[in-house]
Amino acid sequence: MPAEDTRLRTRTHGDVTVAEFIDRNILDEANIQMIGEELSTIVEKSPRPKLLISFSNVDHLSSAALGTLITINNKVKARNGQLRLSNIDPQIYEVFVITKLNKLFQIHDTAEAALKSFA
Amino acid sequence: MTPTPSSQPDSGRVRLPYERAGVDSAVGSILAAAGRHGYTDASKFALRLAVEEAMANAHRHGHRGKPDDAPILLEFRVTDREAVVTVEDTGPGFDPAGVPDPTLEENLERPSGRGLMLMRAYMTSVTFNERGNRVTLVYRRPAGRA
Repeated sequence: MPAEDTRLRTRTHGDVTVAEFIDRNILDEANIQMIGEELSTIVEKSPRPKLLISFSNVDHLSSAALGTLITINNKVKARNGQLRLSNIDPQIYEVFVITKLNKLFQIHDTAEAALKSFA
Repeated sequence: MTPTPSSQPDSGRVRLPYERAGVDSAVGSILAAAGRHGYTDASKFALRLAVEEAMANAHRHGHRGKPDDAPILLEFRVTDREAVVTVEDTGPGFDPAGVPDPTLEENLERPSGRGLMLMRAYMTSVTFNERGNRVTLVYRRPAGRA
C-alpha cells in the first residue's frame, strides 16, 4: 500500500502499538474500510497484540467507524490481546456513552494513562 | 464573531450519489445555514452526525444491490427555531421497527446497527414514510439556548 494512502499514524511504545487517525472526520466509508484493514494488519502481526488508538485529532466519527472499532476489539480479544482508546473529544465520548460502547472499550483520558494501563 | 441570526428560512434540495465530496458539500450547506441562524457548535455536531448517518444508511442499506452512483435526494429547511432534513433513497424501503437495539448486552459486540439509534438520540424526531425509503430528521433548538 503506498504511504500516502495510509489513514493512520503509528508508532511503538515498548510492546504497544499506538495508532492515531490522520483525518479529523472519520466518516468516509472507503477511509473507514482502509482504517479497518490497517488496524487488522497491526493486530494480526502480533500473537498477543497491545494496541492503543488515540482520537486526539478526531472531530467527527460515524456509526460505521464505531463498527470498525468493534471488529478490531473482537480481533484483539480473539488473540488475548489488549485494546485501549484515548484522547476522545467530549462530544465524541457522548456518542460512546449513548451507544454504551464506553462499557465495551477501555477508554482513558490521555495516551499516557492508557499506556500505563497495559498489563 | 457570532453571526446575527437570520429570520429568513434557508432551504435546499439536491440529488446526489453517495460520494464524499458531494456529501461534504451538501452537509456543509446545511451547517452553513445552521450557522446563519445562530446554531451552536453542539447543535451543528448533532445535525452533522444525524445527516451523515441518514445518508450512509440510504447508501448502505437503501441502495444495497444498486449501482454505487444511485442518487439520494436530500432536502433541508433551516429556521431560527428548527432544522428539518429529509433523506430519500430509491430502494424498496425498510421497517425501522425491525432494527435490533444495539445497546442490549447481547448486541454490544455487533459491529452494525447504531446509525438509527444515533439519529434518534441527537434529533428531536426521526420519522419514516410508509415505504421506509425516506427519513425525516427534525432538530428543534433547545428553548432559551443559542
